[in-house]
Amino acid sequence: MSEEQVKAPVGHGRPWNDNSIKPFVRIENLSKHFGEFAAVDQVSLDIYEGELFSILGGSGSGKTTLLRMLAGFETPTAGSIVIDGMDMVNIPAHERPVNMMFQSYALFPHMTVAGNIAYGLKRDGMAKGEIEERVADILKLVQMSELARRKPQQLSGGQRQRVALARAIVKRPKVLLLDEPMGALDKKLRAETQFELAKIQYNTGITFIVVTHDQEEAMTLSTRIAVMNQGKFPQIGSPTEIYEYPATRFTADFIGNINIFEGEVSEADADEINVKVPKLGATLRASQPGSVSKGSSVFLAVRPEKIWISRELPDAHGNTLLTGIVEDQGYFGNLSLYRVRLESGEIIQVSAQNRERKAERSIDWDEAVHIYWENTATVVLSE
Amino acid sequence: MKVNSKTLERTLIALPYLWLTLFFLVPFLIVFKISLAEPLLAMPPYTDLFDFSQDAVSWVRVTLNNFLFVLQDELYLYTYWSSVKIASISTLLVLLVGYPMAYAIARAPANKRSFLLMLVILPFWTSFLLRVYAWMGLLNTHGLINKVLMGLGFIDAPLTMMYTNFALYIGIIYSYLPFMILPLYANLEKLDGSLLDAAADLGANPLRTFIDVTLPLSLPGIIAGCMLVFIPAMGEFVIPSLLGGSDSLMIGRVLYDEFFFNNDWPLASAIALVLLTLLIVPIMILRRYQDKEAATS
Repeated sequence: MSEEQVKAPVGHGRPWNDNSIKPFVRIENLSKHFGEFAAVDQVSLDIYEGELFSILGGSGSGKTTLLRMLAGFETPTAGSIVIDGMDMVNIPAHERPVNMMFQSYALFPHMTVAGNIAYGLKRDGMAKGEIEERVADILKLVQMSELARRKPQQLSGGQRQRVALARAIVKRPKVLLLDEPMGALDKKLRAETQFELAKIQYNTGITFIVVTHDQEEAMTLSTRIAVMNQGKFPQIGSPTEIYEYPATRFTADFIGNINIFEGEVSEADADEINVKVPKLGATLRASQPGSVSKGSSVFLAVRPEKIWISRELPDAHGNTLLTGIVEDQGYFGNLSLYRVRLESGEIIQVSAQNRERKAERSIDWDEAVHIYWENTATVVLSE
Repeated sequence: MKVNSKTLERTLIALPYLWLTLFFLVPFLIVFKISLAEPLLAMPPYTDLFDFSQDAVSWVRVTLNNFLFVLQDELYLYTYWSSVKIASISTLLVLLVGYPMAYAIARAPANKRSFLLMLVILPFWTSFLLRVYAWMGLLNTHGLINKVLMGLGFIDAPLTMMYTNFALYIGIIYSYLPFMILPLYANLEKLDGSLLDAAADLGANPLRTFIDVTLPLSLPGIIAGCMLVFIPAMGEFVIPSLLGGSDSLMIGRVLYDEFFFNNDWPLASAIALVLLTLLIVPIMILRRYQDKEAATS
């Protein structure tokens, strides 16, 4: 890798919280309609230089359409895309300063590995010697130097993925778009490749925009995540924000495991609210999310790992305390997942770390247990 | 009794071989035999290969005169050359017309493709001869095209189109277009659209993308289509005799004349065999390409 390529990573602070830093990619009120159907529905998004930004959504959420608009393969119905101060909407795909790594990799079957990587540089009219140098550098970076003369059909899935990545970053684009980069890899290879990808992003300083349906991938890789659903972003934030402070029921449910209850606000002040949850037969305290008033109905959520489970009655100190019977449990080695049935019939999921090494289970089926969680663990969802 | 699967397999394979032997190899050997004989005013109009007239000795009478004649006579050599030229130019023209059509059909919305393909195949529902006659009606001095052009005032006197190379090429392009479009379509339809996106993404404009990606990947389709047009066009007889002029010499027409007008079966057979030898080269190319295709996919 040439020295020029190794530059200080930009934006590894939190540029999105810093008003003095201008966004590198600015998407404003962007829409794409296919007939009556709005695949992308008036979304706005700022992405900063050097970010590894993920767009996370299920199939049909509009994430791929959004990515294709950034690449220039789809024309937006409305809205604007600005990259590094330049309006992209009327610039054709082959003139945009972005490159894409395709989900299918889209390697040219009639060209060698080296030929595939050199293709973009040739189109830029780069001198032959320089092309060879750049291709050799990038092949070393993705550890594919020995296979430069192979054709894509002669490579394994993981090797193809490396070639696709090399081909996409060799032109040093301003933004690299990655469409389900790990989608075609098996689970073990995926974990290895994730860290490698993050390392390459860090070393090259290129802004990455990753589209994925895999929440684990998005969580481990990204600086920030935009959750996408039905053409909109219900939430944009860092992985911890998205996980610990989900804004909507969709986000809470989509990412990780969570218990969600519906209730009515019985008391509300500036700091805290009390919510009566009929299904739990209890009133839960939670911090005031903004301006929730008495009498309104809200959804509350608690992550399974935030809940404690024990045989003995714990000292709850005014936190939520419930009793139930273990209906089901799953042993995962590092942790166990319990499904606890309350008197009301409601099932609550609780997970517990298996800290002690022992052969028999500590809590068994049909056992009466106490579960409790701290009020701060309760999340109030907006919709 | 249990049927041996090996026996069954052999029987099944034997059927096409039997067919090929009866209807291709045997006729070929007959033609080959006739090409080695001499013409005779009799029925059949050639000498026997084996002579049984003497009691004890049955001897073989073989002559290579027909081949020597074909290969030495400038008219025949020129006609072969002219056939190769006309077939090559036609193939190129058919490719130029057919490629954009195949491409357009392959890129059309999936629900319209079968309809468009139908339109390509539709002319086959009418007799080939009728369609060539229809072109005679169109291209004639008093034909539809001339009448329209004169009626609109574009020309004062009718254009001479019939019995020229122009009419010949029109006829060949029209008749052989489907043979080019179908293999090309089959190839282009398989082309992965993300490869075109990838080329654009890497900085290739649409023309460059076509030259660098679409064209090389459609080469097997181009070769198959060209062979399917070139091979029958080489031996084409109907179109040059009905639409072509006296200068559009093609070997199929000469062969016909030798056979029916001069009644020289041995010479006609020799002409046919030389033509076959000429065609074996492109057929081998086609075969090799198909094998390579099959090996990679």
